Amino acid sequence: MNNIIKQIEASRLKGDLPGVKIGDTVDVKSKIIEGGKERLQSFKGVVIGMKNTGVNKMVKVRKISFGVGVEKTFLLHSPLVASVAVMKSEKPRRAKLYYLRKRIGKSALAV
Amino acid sequence: MIGLIGKKIGMTTVFDHSGNTVAVTVVKSGPCVVTDIKTSGKNGYNSLQLGFEEKKKSRLIKPEKAKFEKLKINVPMHIKEFRLNQGADEFKIGQFLTLEIFEKDAFIDVQAVSKGKGFQGVMKKYGFKGGPDTHGSNFHRRLGSAGNNTFPGRIWKNKKMPGRMGNAVKTVQNLKIIEIDKQNNIILLKGSVPGPTNGIVFLKKAAKQRLK
Repeated sequence: MNNIIKQIEASRLKGDLPGVKIGDTVDVKSKIIEGGKERLQSFKGVVIGMKNTGVNKMVKVRKISFGVGVEKTFLLHSPLVASVAVMKSEKPRRAKLYYLRKRIGKSALAV
Repeated sequence: MIGLIGKKIGMTTVFDHSGNTVAVTVVKSGPCVVTDIKTSGKNGYNSLQLGFEEKKKSRLIKPEKAKFEKLKINVPMHIKEFRLNQGADEFKIGQFLTLEIFEKDAFIDVQAVSKGKGFQGVMKKYGFKGGPDTHGSNFHRRLGSAGNNTFPGRIWKNKKMPGRMGNAVKTVQNLKIIEIDKQNNIILLKGSVPGPTNGIVFLKKAAKQRLK
């Protein structure tokens, strides 16, 4: 990549991101602006996919909400992502954990 | 309309103040040296001729060497003329123009030579629909009928046909300036710009200012 673009991107990266890995159970707090007010929304789930390309570093988090699978993609360097905390770590054997989508019940979030 | 010559560096993503991602093109532009000033009195029209980047000394040819030695300017690599609406009294030959002429959040037009695509058919070049791929069709990516029979008895002029695509001067209008780094001569424009990386682009203030 061109040096100038590297510099532009480097100045926008967050320096204090935790080392999120695939299979981690994370708690992502994102800023939500409603009616002029700002609040934090928490999203807890398993990281089933990642992209590690500079500013576009993103995680795909999956959780089961009221029996329904929900997935959300977060751009970790976005100013809208307030914090990321790793709650639990697992060692999966795949780069993408899309097989979890087929699972039902207790095993749905067991990596 | 006063403008600048620049170089396309590439594209990246930035976040705007509300956290949305914006795809931007990075352009390195200026300082551009004024190499000639044309006036309506002398030349019949007003314009500024600008130069961008220096030519290697070993690559100079005698005429340009002599011409620019007289003006006391290093020979520029790229030269482009920008038409002005009024006279160019405030400019001097040898003066440098930088990104100071643009402001953040303003709109500009970008002109450049698009990437050459070679000889292409009508589907890629003009977006013709073509025919069905299956169900026994013998008509796939051709242009279909090219005209009528007795009248006019020939093919109309400007009929869209296969041929060379790209490698033509294209102008993209109303690109928003997301950021200007005046010290490092770098400008970030919302959206894409014609041409390859390291291609030469011309930046001008928007001719048709978009309403905010």
